[in-house]
Order: sequence, then C-alpha cells, then structure tokens
Amino acid sequence: MSTLAKAVAHMRSSKTVMMSGGTLCAIALVALIGPWVSPNDYMTTDFDRLLHSPTFNSMSLFGTDDLGRDLFVRTMLGVQVTLVVAIVASVVSLVIGVLYGATAGYVGGRVDAVMMRFVDTLYAMPFIFFVILLLVVFEQNFLLIFVAIGAVNWLDMARIVRGQTLSLREREFVDAARLIGVSTPRIIIRHIAPNLLGVVIVYVTLTIPQAILIESFLSFLGLGIQEPQTSLGNLVSGGVLQIENASWMLLIPATLLAVILLCFNFLGDGMRDVFDARRSR
Amino acid sequence: MLRYTLRRLLGAIPTLLLVIVLAFLLVHAAPGGPFDDQRVLPAEIEANIAAAYHLDEPLHQQFLRYLGGVVRGDFGPSYSYRDYTVSELIGRSFPISLQLGVLAILLATTIGVMTGIVAALRQNSPLDKVVMGFAMTGISIPVFVIAPVLVLFFAVKLQWLPASWTGSQGSSRLLLPVVSLALPQIAYVARLTRASLIDVLSSDFIRTARAQGLGTATIIRYHALKPAMLPVLSYMGPAVAAVLTGSVVVEEIFGIPGLGQLFVRGSLNRDYTLVLGVVVFYASLIVALNLIVDLLYGAIDPRIRRR
Repeated sequence: MSTLAKAVAHMRSSKTVMMSGGTLCAIALVALIGPWVSPNDYMTTDFDRLLHSPTFNSMSLFGTDDLGRDLFVRTMLGVQVTLVVAIVASVVSLVIGVLYGATAGYVGGRVDAVMMRFVDTLYAMPFIFFVILLLVVFEQNFLLIFVAIGAVNWLDMARIVRGQTLSLREREFVDAARLIGVSTPRIIIRHIAPNLLGVVIVYVTLTIPQAILIESFLSFLGLGIQEPQTSLGNLVSGGVLQIENASWMLLIPATLLAVILLCFNFLGDGMRDVFDARRSR
Repeated sequence: MLRYTLRRLLGAIPTLLLVIVLAFLLVHAAPGGPFDDQRVLPAEIEANIAAAYHLDEPLHQQFLRYLGGVVRGDFGPSYSYRDYTVSELIGRSFPISLQLGVLAILLATTIGVMTGIVAALRQNSPLDKVVMGFAMTGISIPVFVIAPVLVLFFAVKLQWLPASWTGSQGSSRLLLPVVSLALPQIAYVARLTRASLIDVLSSDFIRTARAQGLGTATIIRYHALKPAMLPVLSYMGPAVAAVLTGSVVVEEIFGIPGLGQLFVRGSLNRDYTLVLGVVVFYASLIVALNLIVDLLYGAIDPRIRRR
C-alpha cells in the first residue's frame, strides 16, 4: 500500500485538500454529535414556539420552524441524510462505473465499441427526468433514491476507467497474469481495478457533489426524502414557504448546503491536482 | 459535410427511441392502474375506462400506438387534467419556459465568455483567482438555493423586484428567474472559456501571429477566439439540459406557469401520461439541440467532419 501512503502524503501537502476536507469533517462531526447532545428532537412539535428566531436559550441555535420543531436538530439530521445519500449513491456509481469501464477497456474490440456507444446514448438522455419518473412510478423510498442517483452518475466514471484500463492492459504484469492462465473476470477485479485507485478516488470525490445536488433537488420538489424525516433540500423548500416571516429557515440550510457542495468540489479539484502532478512526474 | 450530417441524424434516432421505450416501460411497470381509487367501480365501468384509454390492449400494441402518436406530436390525453390532451398542456406552457431558457442561455454565454477572456489574459493574477473562486462558488450552489436567496434580498428585503410571476407585469418579473437560471451556467462558461483560451494562446500559430507584431486585442479577436469557442459550443448541449432542469425549480419558486411547473404538478398528481409526455418532449428537445451543436461543430471545425 505504498502508493496509497504516497497519495496521502501528497494530499496532506495540498492546502485546498486539507482545508476543504477539514471543513467537511467538522460539519460531519457536528451533524453526528449535535442531535445527540441537544435536548430537543427532530419531530416534536411545540405550538408555543412557532417560528422562533435563533437564540442561545435551550440550545435553540437555529430557531424553530412553522410547526415549532427545533431547527438545529432538524438541520443536523438533514446534513446526515444528505451525506449518507451522497456516499451510498457514490458507492453505487463507483461499483457500476469501474466494472463497466474496466470490462469495456480490457476486453476491447467490438465489445468495447458497443459498450461505449451505449454510454454515449445514455449521455444524451435527460437523466434527472428519468429519476423523477422512477420516483413517480414507484413509491418513494430511501433505497430507490440511492439506486436512482447512483445509476445516473456512473457514466463519467465508466469513461475515465475505460481510458485508464486501455493503457493498463498493455502492461507486463497483466501479460504475466494472462500467461499463467488467470481468467478475464479475475484479472479485471484483482489486477486492473486496484491500479485504478488514483483516478477513481478523484472522480468519486467529484461525483459526490453531483449526488448531493440530485438528492436535494428531488427533496426540494417534494419527491425525495419524506416528512418527518428531512434533508437539506426539504429544509430549503420549507424555508422558501416562510421567506417573508423567517429568513433563517431558508438561509441556514441554504448556506450549509452551499458550503458542503463547495468543499466537495474544491476537494475533488485539489485531489485531481495531487494525482495529476504525480502522474506527470 | 452531407455524410457527416446524415451520420449524426441517424445517430440521434436510437437515442430518442431508447428514451421513449425506457420511459414508456417505466410508466407501464407502475404497480396499479392510473384510475385505481378508493372508490370501487363496477367492473363494466372499469372495462369501459380501460377501453377508452386503450389500456386493455397488449403492451406492444399500446407502445406502437403511443409511438405513432408521438411522431405526429400527439402525447395522448392527460389523466389528471381531464379535458386536456398532454400536447395542449405542453403547447400552452412551453413558450413561457422557452423565453426564460433562451434569455438565461444568452446571458450565460455573453457574461461567461467575457469573464473567461479577462481571466485567461490575466492568468494567475489576483483578479483571475477571484474570478475563478466566484466561478467555483457559482458551480457549487444549486439553482434552488440561488433563486430563493435572490428573492429574499431583492424582493422581500429591498423590494426592488417582484417575487412572483402572477402579481406583476412586464420584464421586471423575468429578471430574477433568468438570473437564477443563468448564474451557474455563467460560472461553467467562464471556466471553460478561460481553460480553452489559455490552451489556444500557447499554440504555435498564436506565437507566429505575435511574431508578426499583432497586438493582443487583434490576436484574440481574429485568431484565438474561434478555436477557443469550440469547447464552449459543445457545452451548449449540457447547458440547455441544465437550464431545463433548473427551470423546474425556478418555475416552482416564482410560480411561473411553464413546462417545469407542469412537470412537477404532474409528478405530484401521478399523472402518468403527462409526466411521460413531458419527459419525451424534454428528451427530444435535448437530443435535437445536441444534434444542432454537433452539426455547428462540424461546420466550424473541418477536422471533426473527416473523422
């Protein structure tokens, strides 16, 4: 795992990576611990405290919403949901993308041509509308949202991985494996896939914000996470309804969502610099 | 050029067909029928309804009927707006979305390209860093966050601009929705322009032009800009798709009776034919625009045609 150690060392030398990564860790940590420490919970309504603005009293740091629910706990819960959806969806797209791209690149020839033509065709489709269609047709549940977003996001990964695989399969260690009779699926999983680590890390970081974007977009429209559960998209849409009475209901989740997305984008950009620099050397 | 055009046209058809097949199958895989209700209807009435909407036919026959209709621009009847066909609903709401989208794309390309050029010419200067920082922020912030925040400041706090579509007249009601839609695209276009212009400016023919003693303005205008615009042109396909997606939330936020709002209402009402129709319509639009972009690309860059 010396490549990994080297990569980690490079990441630590990049200011962008450290700062955005650190911010994300801090947000995740507060989101995990916050609801646990707070005396309030996410679904108890309190009709004596409707639309209270943020105060330091009774841990009501972010105020309350139009049903008197504590917004600090709800926002932290939203961050949790958003992060979980993003990570699971990215893992789904990672698995599909790497296997698909590595197979196309390794097998090559006509199989490759057909497989990549299929990817090109999918590229031209308005995916977000398909996800909405999927959610309209089937009952909305957590699992479906994960799968739908992951299924949308694997195309870029497949393309990048295919390109890398094309050059990897010409290398001696792959020849050696083939020579001693290792089967094609095993070569792809055991010998090709681990060598794709660098690019895969970079592109996973770049697909996470896309997954977050899709999830919060769906939740904003009321097609994603359902009440009383919540996500940052739901919270923003709740804030829009109270825009004239309670601007904090909009501004807090909106800012948090923006910061999370910005950090992931910067992290991805920084990682790309780290790994590109390593490749060019 | 003719061969290139034909090949592109033929390439667009399977994409479109795949979209229609997938969308159609998805809708028909839905558990339960579109008219399942709490109220139990007599069997004869149910049979009559099914026959009226051709739901009693086998699936492939329904599909062929639907495909035939789509080719003629007929998306069938809407399930929730009982007196309207889907085509009528789309026809009524699309012009409004089109106006928003065209304005947003125009705004995004003009401002984006200008910003990109300035950043490229001052590469690595503080100005460049600031512009690119803003661009990264613009890319990261989703439309459904930008739009309400703009409403909060410009409509609720400052009261300069109207917050909703219906309560106002004239072009002032267009400003906030168009700007919200355009902002992320401005950021993308600026980044693309900057990267590709920097790339072009380091090529040999620009060095030659410099050696001839041409000024920077002349070089940019007559030599560098055209090749540098190619990536921006090819981004127009995704940009249109992004603006369509964005218009779904923008129309919801500002209460604009466009196609996006129709789509959301249809989704929440589970109006299958309406949602199916809008998806197919959006897909055709995007495929058609990608085709136009490809053809323009071929017309501008002869290298593409020969491949």
